[in-house]
Amino acid sequence: MKKKLSIFFVLLLVASMVLAACGGNKAEEPKPSDEGKQETPAKEQVLNLLETSEIPSLDSTLATDAVSFRVMNNVFEGLYRLDENNQPTPGMAESYEVSEDGKVYTFKLRDAKWSNGDAVTANDFVYAWRKALDPNTGAEYAYIMYDIKNAEEVNTGKVPVDQLGVKAIDDKTLQVELKNPIPYFLSLLSFPTFYPQNEKFVKEQGDKYGLEANTTIYNGPFVLSEWKHEQSFQLKKNEQYWDAQTVKLETINFNIVKDVATGVNLYETNKADRVGLSAEFVDKYSSDKNFKTKSEPVLFFIRMNQKNEVLKNVNARKAIAMGFDKEAMVATILNNGSKAANYFVPEGFVTGPNGKDFREENGDLVTFNAEEAKKYWEQAKKELGKDKVTLELLNYDSESAKKIGEFLKEQLETNLPGLTVNIKQQPFKQKLDLESKMQYELSFAGWGPDYQDPMTFIDMFVTNGAHNQTGWSNAEYDKLVKDAKTTLLSDLQARWDAMVKAEKILLDEAVIAPMYQRGAAYLEREYVKGIVDHPFGPDNSYKWAYIE
Amino acid sequence: MARYTLQRLIYMIITLFIIATATFFLMKLLPGSPLQNQEKLSPEQQKIILEKYGLNDPVPVQYVRYLGNLVKGDLGVSFQYDNRPVTQLIGDRIGPSAQLGFQALVFGTIVGILLGVIAAVRHNTAVDYGATVLAVLGISIPSFVFGGLLQYYIGVKLKLLPVAFWDGFEYTIMPTLALSVFVIASIARFMRTEMLEVLGSDYILTARAKGISGFGVIFKHGLRNAMIPIITILGPMAVNLMTGTLVIEQIFAVPGLGEQFVRSINLNDYPVIMGTTIFYSALFIFVIFIVDVLYGLIDPRIRLAGGKK
Repeated sequence: MKKKLSIFFVLLLVASMVLAACGGNKAEEPKPSDEGKQETPAKEQVLNLLETSEIPSLDSTLATDAVSFRVMNNVFEGLYRLDENNQPTPGMAESYEVSEDGKVYTFKLRDAKWSNGDAVTANDFVYAWRKALDPNTGAEYAYIMYDIKNAEEVNTGKVPVDQLGVKAIDDKTLQVELKNPIPYFLSLLSFPTFYPQNEKFVKEQGDKYGLEANTTIYNGPFVLSEWKHEQSFQLKKNEQYWDAQTVKLETINFNIVKDVATGVNLYETNKADRVGLSAEFVDKYSSDKNFKTKSEPVLFFIRMNQKNEVLKNVNARKAIAMGFDKEAMVATILNNGSKAANYFVPEGFVTGPNGKDFREENGDLVTFNAEEAKKYWEQAKKELGKDKVTLELLNYDSESAKKIGEFLKEQLETNLPGLTVNIKQQPFKQKLDLESKMQYELSFAGWGPDYQDPMTFIDMFVTNGAHNQTGWSNAEYDKLVKDAKTTLLSDLQARWDAMVKAEKILLDEAVIAPMYQRGAAYLEREYVKGIVDHPFGPDNSYKWAYIE
Repeated sequence: MARYTLQRLIYMIITLFIIATATFFLMKLLPGSPLQNQEKLSPEQQKIILEKYGLNDPVPVQYVRYLGNLVKGDLGVSFQYDNRPVTQLIGDRIGPSAQLGFQALVFGTIVGILLGVIAAVRHNTAVDYGATVLAVLGISIPSFVFGGLLQYYIGVKLKLLPVAFWDGFEYTIMPTLALSVFVIASIARFMRTEMLEVLGSDYILTARAKGISGFGVIFKHGLRNAMIPIITILGPMAVNLMTGTLVIEQIFAVPGLGEQFVRSINLNDYPVIMGTTIFYSALFIFVIFIVDVLYGLIDPRIRLAGGKK
């Protein structure tokens, strides 16, 4: 028996040697020398991060996703960028003047260079913005520029691109004409679609622009020095950057890791300095000294389709909006720094002309209250003449959405007697489709900001708005929104008050049932300092980050 | 042989054409648009963008246009990776997937065959039962469990091998092992069954009677005949492994092709769905052809068409 076994092991050994020989030449490659770094992480200004996917695009006019935005925010720069306090700070612009009616901005550009040595000129902005709005580009974020004069007309092909309200007065002076004097224009300019592009270089590269590290040029704090598709990419400090003295990091290494557990294992073995956690890892790490959470201005809520006769009843909607325990939902299911939302415009997203956060103005508008909910529900049932009601909840098909759906079902069925909730899970695209065709009853929905102003949330629910999708219509609400977008632009406090009032109407009428404001949990090594998180557009800036 | 190859080639092209056509029309039944930012766009805005990509045209028009480009070898550009050519997208990712798949296939086949042969030769002994248990475990334990365990114990706890990434041979060891478990298990099972049958046949008895050593009988006479079913499953298995596996590639952060197919379907990235399908099918059809040729080499009793009557 012993002999037989040993034969078996010999054979196994031979097999593994054959295999080892197959890849032998690669095995001899020297390992990257990271032994020293593991012990003394401080000195070297190298940050090791993980990214969740390959960079889809480096063409600022085409990009739509979080990964591209994060990279672009650190290798490009627009006229303004968001600073450590999320206020717009001059980037490529040095200063600006604005006309009395607030509609014409004249930007003075600073002496800045692209990474190939070319100067950044006003024409780089004109070129890039026209390109983004040109219907032939098919830019999905073109609409973000619709506040510029003629932008929408250009984008829909009604007028030629040269009619766009953007002009290069000279190499260093850019004039932008707006349709409406929006108060958040400077912060909007930090959005990636507003970045400049060097026309000559882009045309030289043709189809290849933005597809490789060396077919793209940079004007931001970093340059993309290496890009191995689907595997990794690397940012190096841009010595040509106008504010290079502020930038401390020399290198940022990104590896593409899609699995959360793998990310955690890499963090544990010191291959990553910062890693995002999903709910199942939070319990394990919540007492770790490097455990952190952050709140994001993304709101999740239940949409209620008013084409449904039950949901047309305001008391039924109120009952649903008050009928589930949000605190328990964020504590037990999400468990990642998400907050129960008794509001629609997120907390910590935007401050008004008086310096107050929007939430300080309006406070809690709809809180969990099982008793009240039941009262409204009984009232609704009486009005509808029904004893039993069945509603379908349209849901995303992710794991966490599934848990939330089940939680909602359990809560609503317990707190609202006679209600049955059926859950219908659909793939993301299908869910969006059903929602926009209003083929749903209740729907688990989410919304994040496009610009730093409450309006990015508020104007969703105007009558027949593309994202209203509930069938709700309220003349007073529509007027408040319209005024805030037009006549009140000259009185910012009144505009702000109008939006505060609008939110109140929205939730008094229980058009939606807010659930939670998204949070994120992550681990970050103690020597990593100064990574700035932003509330809209790109999530992070590394310009001010350093290793201590 | 030449005539047979030509004939097969024509069939292969027809098969590919049918697959491409079916996929194209099925794909168009997917709900939603390929737009990334669909959530934020009004129907009018979506229309403007879809116009640019010709997606407002009737499906048959799109189909004819696609086929026209396909004949020219143009698979189009991706939506999710804004305007990156699909051929480049596949080209960038197939290397790591193919290497990993190949290593797992070679390692798994060798070990699997050995296990199967040993189990068959030592039929109904502890060794046989041991090998069988191993094979059942290998087939039933999902690869992500095995991969996750490997990563945690060997990578994090023992620090013997890198946890993840793709930077040289040592980075391929754990994903190869994780991938090969299934190969080992399947092949060992087939091998054992087949070998038992072969070892019971008359010519083996003859060989033994002639006084050929036990080792010689098993490896020279037995193994070769028992290989036929193995070759049959090896072909498709090779294609499966070498075109990338979603789970293992994600766990070990391998920059492979595995995720692209599922991802492109989720995102309605039409050109990538078509490109990966055509690539995968072409490879599959080709491998089946190779397998058919191999049959003849391994077992001369199997003749390809055109053999002398």
